[in-house]
Amino acid sequence: MSREDHNGVLSGEFFMQGDIACAEGAICAGCRFFGGYPITPATEVAQRMSERLPLVDGVYIQMEDELASMNAVLGASWAGVKAMTATSGPGFSLMMENLGLGIMMETPCVLVNVQRGGPSTGLPTLVSQGDMMQAQWGSHGDYVIIALAPSSPQELFDLTIRAFNLAEIYRTPVLVMTDAEVGHMTEKVIIPPPDEIKTLSRRKPDVSPEEYQPYRVAPGEWVSPMAVAGDGYRIHTTGLTHDERGYPATGDDQAQWLLVQRLIDKIEKNKQDIVMVEEEGLDDAEVAIVSYGIAARTAIWPIQMARQEGIRVGLLRLVTVWPFPDEQIRELVNQVKAIVVPEINMGQIVHEVERCAGGQAEVILVPHPGGGIHDPQKVLNAIRKAAGRKVED
Amino acid sequence: MKYWREPLDLKDIRVPHGEIHVLVERCKGCGWCIEYCPRGVLEISSEINSKGYHPPMAVKAKACVSCGLCELLCPEFAIYVVEMEGEVVLL
Amino acid sequence: MLKMNGYRLDKTLETHVEAEGLNEEVHGRHPMDDLLRTDRLPHIWCPGCGLGTALTCFLSALRKSDLNLDKVAVVSGIGCTGRVAGYVRLDSFHTTHGRAIPFATGLKLANPELKVVVFSGDGDLVTIGGNHFIHAARRNMDITVICVNNFNYGMTGGQAGATTPIGGITTTSPYGNYEYPFNVSALAKASGAIYVARWTVLHARRLARSMTEALLKPGFTLVEVISPCPTGFGRRHKQRQGLDTLRYYHEHGVIRHGADPHGTDIGLGGALVEGKFVDVDKPTFLEQRARRLEQVLSR
Repeated sequence: MSREDHNGVLSGEFFMQGDIACAEGAICAGCRFFGGYPITPATEVAQRMSERLPLVDGVYIQMEDELASMNAVLGASWAGVKAMTATSGPGFSLMMENLGLGIMMETPCVLVNVQRGGPSTGLPTLVSQGDMMQAQWGSHGDYVIIALAPSSPQELFDLTIRAFNLAEIYRTPVLVMTDAEVGHMTEKVIIPPPDEIKTLSRRKPDVSPEEYQPYRVAPGEWVSPMAVAGDGYRIHTTGLTHDERGYPATGDDQAQWLLVQRLIDKIEKNKQDIVMVEEEGLDDAEVAIVSYGIAARTAIWPIQMARQEGIRVGLLRLVTVWPFPDEQIRELVNQVKAIVVPEINMGQIVHEVERCAGGQAEVILVPHPGGGIHDPQKVLNAIRKAAGRKVED
Repeated sequence: MKYWREPLDLKDIRVPHGEIHVLVERCKGCGWCIEYCPRGVLEISSEINSKGYHPPMAVKAKACVSCGLCELLCPEFAIYVVEMEGEVVLL
Repeated sequence: MLKMNGYRLDKTLETHVEAEGLNEEVHGRHPMDDLLRTDRLPHIWCPGCGLGTALTCFLSALRKSDLNLDKVAVVSGIGCTGRVAGYVRLDSFHTTHGRAIPFATGLKLANPELKVVVFSGDGDLVTIGGNHFIHAARRNMDITVICVNNFNYGMTGGQAGATTPIGGITTTSPYGNYEYPFNVSALAKASGAIYVARWTVLHARRLARSMTEALLKPGFTLVEVISPCPTGFGRRHKQRQGLDTLRYYHEHGVIRHGADPHGTDIGLGGALVEGKFVDVDKPTFLEQRARRLEQVLSR
């Protein structure tokens, strides 16, 4: 292998595994640090990064556990480098505390979770979407996370780049919640030429070190410019509740209000910019499927079959699962009389759908404990039920 | 200091002299500077700062040789010594 | 300012002023102040705590080392020692419990120009953070670790930790600790650290000198600082004041440079062996990496 000098972008058309596409997406986004730990089914991301990063003047390190991985990623980001890690359920749980640290310190970084069957060691090689609630609520305290859910290796590539961009703009860790199916699936992936890939980076301060305050946010903005270690700004940052100087402000209840409110608002109030959904066949729909990730993809065939039976059913695919697309669901229930939510867990995002539906439409869950994709008949039956048709066994 | 004989280069030895500065409000009265000053310069004072601690005071200021041990040992950044140019203290 | 009897007393009769920037008038100015966040002084450590001294020695060592201070980053964890990061006027990071070392690893690898120092306590570094400690030493990651060992978890009131000596009374070992403790220096040496030194805060000059050596030596360098903790530990062992503990160090401290740290466990009573135990040379993580990649990849 030789060193490359075209920003690491491997432009071309490939038959590529999801995990590999994820790694390539990261490199296209400018990621030059990966700190991770092997775990099925995310190991391929680490392996690819270990091969590719040295070729683009990046650093790969295999840390001793997932806690160290998450922290190394935060440290690298605070030294000014775009950084990422990839894991699955058990590692995701280990990363929770330090995900919180990343959120509190407002550290841009990307955490990829290639979900597998749980709970606990569960089904290491098989798919689930069982960590979706954990994505938002897994770390202690109040915060709003950004979580993206790709449905194909191409989308995993694209959304990894988007994750980095969102992370840099909103100064937050961003989660890419994929799964063992998409991660281990091999499909066509097109990597565009470098000038067609849009990458964004954190803003640097434009004042002198004496004037700069790490967490002073200008009116009308949501995050402050980020000086990093070595810039000469002598910054201090802490996981404790802090004031604008970055100093601990635990005795000041104003500081807690202001800080936590802003951490929430910076995402919530920018949902228009952050939330992405995909609609298909909803124009005339009487019922709809709301889903995400691989479960949304495997709902396509049941939808086609239902259409053939004369049921007007459409798909609302959540590309951004967190912050939850409240508005889109509320709009949907004005139109359809029932929503079917297939997800490969025993009911997680369905609760968000129910919350937003507000009783205006029936919400039918099609659960699956993990280990495989949905039986299309089950989804079809749910659609039939939603439409008030007879359900066949 | 007593010698059993006078050193041959006694006239050439220049022993530095220091001026003690105490940042009274920072002192927490731990007593370390007083205990470990090799020249016995410091003693606890009867003054108190606003937190109620007794800062040290120099009772043998002339004996200070600007060794800087008080400055290094103090946990509070509350005492330092400034070497005075040209002043000597006879041993 | 009053001048009395040949010494200066920087003193004010005003009550403590809260406003930023006025500290200098109230407190005066200490030679180390340009390296401290003086708007946050006085620090939170107890009277008789050795952390202030450890910090003074560190700042003195930093000055001596002549490192570019804009490129020095201090990372600490949780605990009393962890608060050091908040008092130094350098790029500093107050991270989660036990995880200062991996954070420091990320900093260093992302920007090798940085001089990264981990300044944290025994509980943070070798108890909860033990795994990260040994792996960073194993890799010979180029960071300097200052581990302040006060034999307990002080910040939370004085609980037992992995360094609490046998018989040690703490709030979670009220009948006396019966667990074997870690010997931090031995652990570091066994894990591959290339510089290991242990000093008490009483031996301030030697401590500062070791810190300078550790800062300037590339690779995983450790300085174990034995410190009084009168509130959490000392007062439960007949050392009600920090001064009593310093007197203990004076009596029990034995300097043995080059000693094998494995024979130098610290107990209640007995010799407290200090000195420079390890000082060897070995390629760092980044040097190893560069060498290997150079070999294998064509340029």
